[in-house]
Amino acid sequence: MSTAGAMQAAEATAQMPVIAPHVPAWRIFARNGTAAFGAIVLAVLIPLAVLGPFLAPFDPSRVNAGPPMAGPHWPHVFGTDDLGRDVFSRVADGLRVSLLVGFGAASFSTGLGVVVGGVAGFFGRFIDDLLMRITEIFQVIPRFFLGVLLVAFFGASIFNIIFAIAILSWPEVARVVRSEFLSLRARQFVDAARVAGASRRTLIFSEILPNAMGPVVVNGTLLVGQAMLLEAGLSYLGLGDPSLVSLGVMLQEAQQIMRTAWWTTAFPGLMIFLAVLSLNLVGDGLNDVLNPRSRER
Amino acid sequence: MLFYVARRLAQAVPLVFVIILINFFLIHAAPGDPVFVLLGSMDTTPEFVERVRREFGLDQPLWVQFATYLGKILSLDLGYSLRFQEPVLGLILDRLPATLLLMGTALTVSSVVGILLGAIAARRPYSVTDHASTIVALAGYSMPVFWLGQIMLIVFALHLAWFPTQGMYSLRAPSEGWGRVMDIARHMVLPVITYSVYHLALVYRLTRVKMQETLALDFITTARAKGVPEGRVVFVHALRNAVLPVVTVIGLNFGFMLAGSVLTETVFAWPGMGRLLFDAIGARDYPVLMGLFTVLSLMVIIANVITDVIYAMVDPRVIYR
Repeated sequence: MSTAGAMQAAEATAQMPVIAPHVPAWRIFARNGTAAFGAIVLAVLIPLAVLGPFLAPFDPSRVNAGPPMAGPHWPHVFGTDDLGRDVFSRVADGLRVSLLVGFGAASFSTGLGVVVGGVAGFFGRFIDDLLMRITEIFQVIPRFFLGVLLVAFFGASIFNIIFAIAILSWPEVARVVRSEFLSLRARQFVDAARVAGASRRTLIFSEILPNAMGPVVVNGTLLVGQAMLLEAGLSYLGLGDPSLVSLGVMLQEAQQIMRTAWWTTAFPGLMIFLAVLSLNLVGDGLNDVLNPRSRER
Repeated sequence: MLFYVARRLAQAVPLVFVIILINFFLIHAAPGDPVFVLLGSMDTTPEFVERVRREFGLDQPLWVQFATYLGKILSLDLGYSLRFQEPVLGLILDRLPATLLLMGTALTVSSVVGILLGAIAARRPYSVTDHASTIVALAGYSMPVFWLGQIMLIVFALHLAWFPTQGMYSLRAPSEGWGRVMDIARHMVLPVITYSVYHLALVYRLTRVKMQETLALDFITTARAKGVPEGRVVFVHALRNAVLPVVTVIGLNFGFMLAGSVLTETVFAWPGMGRLLFDAIGARDYPVLMGLFTVLSLMVIIANVITDVIYAMVDPRVIYR
């Protein structure tokens, strides 16, 4: 069926007072095979990251846990680095830090974007103009380099890194939330609540926001992956937190020794790749569940 | 048209102002004495510290300081790097050609290949080829670009020895003529591929969606009905319309592309601005960092204006909007 045909069919259904057959959310999600794959990978990686210290066979910072620069062999399945530290244990530990930065920055920027976009979309007029102008400015300046500057000037602590990445990523969220608010604000159910005497707070938090959450959640999932990649990029340029070794910091350290020990870069990078890929796949799957319109395509 | 270009340029002016404001804010908000931020190094003579303090008017009220700073930037004085013993602007301009060469090549290759692949995939949506290329594109989108560079370097430069491991030219290669061109080209292969993967994935995904939308429109059906050959329908009728939003996105993503270029340069020790950024971070050379931020921001702003102008040339409707 062509897209236009599908749209017409969707419109026709929307106008008819029929009750859609109830399909459990997880089934819509699982129908998308790649999304299910992503969810399974995450179901392995997240416990590995959280329980890393208990699961890892060695202390990640223990020097001479094995022979230095040894390739993958039992019990060092990912090999060892130049100081004889166990790469697998370090990867598990680094994954924890990378996911922490990913989720931290994504929640931070989503919160910021929801506030800015919500205020702009709900109040409209000059507040909207002002906030959207600021958002546009943030979209034009090269944000990765702004992040580099922020971290270089204020110090490479994990909080500064999370903050810098959040500053880089909120404009997209703000735009999505604003357009949702603009369209929801004018819907009948919101008018009904307004006529019934609902306060502004009720309108925003009980009527509009819950209905705007679909795209926000999808976007948030994708942001976690993007934040992990940004953190890796910053770390690679030497701006990682030296006290909390993330996967990005591992890749930077490996730059010096990878010519003789490929495993020191291959495995940490593979781990970022798997995590980000799964997050992107899960994001697509959530999009199918939460934004039914896009499912038809 | 001229009026439109002038208007777009006028809109870009406040942005330049914001960039300078950000730099100024960082100098003063960063922990420590602003004078050492401007110097970028602590080990220098007290006389020099005093000179810089007076030069930037750091004993004056804040707004005078900003006016002084603004004046300096607008007269293209981006400060002096003690570490490199050279003005910042010269440092950056020295490395600009290498970055532009790498970026321009990668941008052209990946845009052309991405648009072609996207157009081909959209012809048969949900086929095996379509699914396969979508997954490959998603993979390209999900990996750290510099990690891909590291892996390519290990496999193709170290183990297979097909390409040089780093730099822009070898010492023993001819220093002029065709030999030099070939030598640089050989050094460019791996960085260009590395850098192209991410951008190719982006362009491919977008072109595919836009082509699918366009191919479902009525004028395509008309073209097919009157017997236009299929290749012409796809690559002339549809692609010309579908590619417009792609051009916009390429322009809007210029900033992220610069970031990708910087990371790639660092992996392959390409003597461009990325390498300079890496060294400046290592030495916490603040004048160079701020100078790079200013120049890169200007490049992004200019790229945005150019994109809009190209768009307006292809689709004159936007001028009258």
